[in-house]
Amino acid sequence: MSAQTIKQDDGTPVSFYVEDEHDHPEGGSTMLGFWMYLMSDCLIFAVLFATYGVLGNSYAGGPGPRELFELPLVAVNTAMLLFSSITYGFAMLAMDEGKVRTMQAWLVMTGLFGLAFLSIELYEFSNLIHEGAGPTRSAFLSSFFVLVGTHGLHVTMGLVWLVTLMVQVGRHGLIAANKRRLLCLSMFWHFLDVIWIGVFTFVYLMGMLR
Amino acid sequence: MSDNTNPHTSSVAHGDGSAHGEDHAHGDTASHGTRGSYIKGFLLSVFLTAVPFWAVMTGAFKDPSTAVLVVMLFAVIQIVVHMIYFLHMTTKSEGGWTMMALIFTIILVVITLAGSIWVMFHLNSNMMPMANMADMG
Repeated sequence: MSAQTIKQDDGTPVSFYVEDEHDHPEGGSTMLGFWMYLMSDCLIFAVLFATYGVLGNSYAGGPGPRELFELPLVAVNTAMLLFSSITYGFAMLAMDEGKVRTMQAWLVMTGLFGLAFLSIELYEFSNLIHEGAGPTRSAFLSSFFVLVGTHGLHVTMGLVWLVTLMVQVGRHGLIAANKRRLLCLSMFWHFLDVIWIGVFTFVYLMGMLR
Repeated sequence: MSDNTNPHTSSVAHGDGSAHGEDHAHGDTASHGTRGSYIKGFLLSVFLTAVPFWAVMTGAFKDPSTAVLVVMLFAVIQIVVHMIYFLHMTTKSEGGWTMMALIFTIILVVITLAGSIWVMFHLNSNMMPMANMADMG
């Protein structure tokens, strides 16, 4: 009774192929997995955009986009993020050529542009709050701060990640694992730029047109 | 059942074959652009960003709804440009699975955005007293 064999209708034993589970190369599915993460992140932003779309007209008698937004500042901010995208692209090209120092220099540039973007955004936020247009003022401002703030939080995390990877590359050089991580951050960084296109279009530009 | 005595083995063997095929596709993940393609994407992005900002800041379009359409069109084109030149999206990367995930996500995004705005707009216009409609913009 101890040894049971599973048999099919015609009596032949069923074969199981446990050893079929062969090794995958390390990190072979990382890029696809990271893409899946970005897509789910995209859904988070979609929900925040939808919230803003629904609540963006509810000023509660408070100030609207026309009184609050300064487009020149937003244009500079957009330029910062766009510059950081191209410098990260150049860093990836330098990585492909195996030039560590050039790559690190481009990454520093990327980090500085990212920092400039964040500083301008924080400056804008603090201005709004000082004008009495903080997130508690109206549903429009709550959804605005959540949407733009979530994007800013992503950029902050991207900067932390960037510095971490620069230290990693400094210590261990351009090993396969570091290249893979840098490629993931590359996708993350460019993805944030794509989200920002949505933000400056739907929030700022269309806010001014309302 | 007599012809195909062991369906398990045959299906397992088939799965093994396709898995190996995918492994080779995984190997060459580094489908980057070149310096030229990055610069091309960058210049296109600068143009596609500058035009809507210019249009809104100078008030080039008298009719706001035309301006909204133009601004949205430029945003969509710029997103595609970023996808191609910066995120290196192709229909073939990772055996087509990135494209599948992207299409699925776009469908969900469209349902979420259009659905929320559509439903809430009708809710607002049906529930609110007409006196408040002036504030709704």
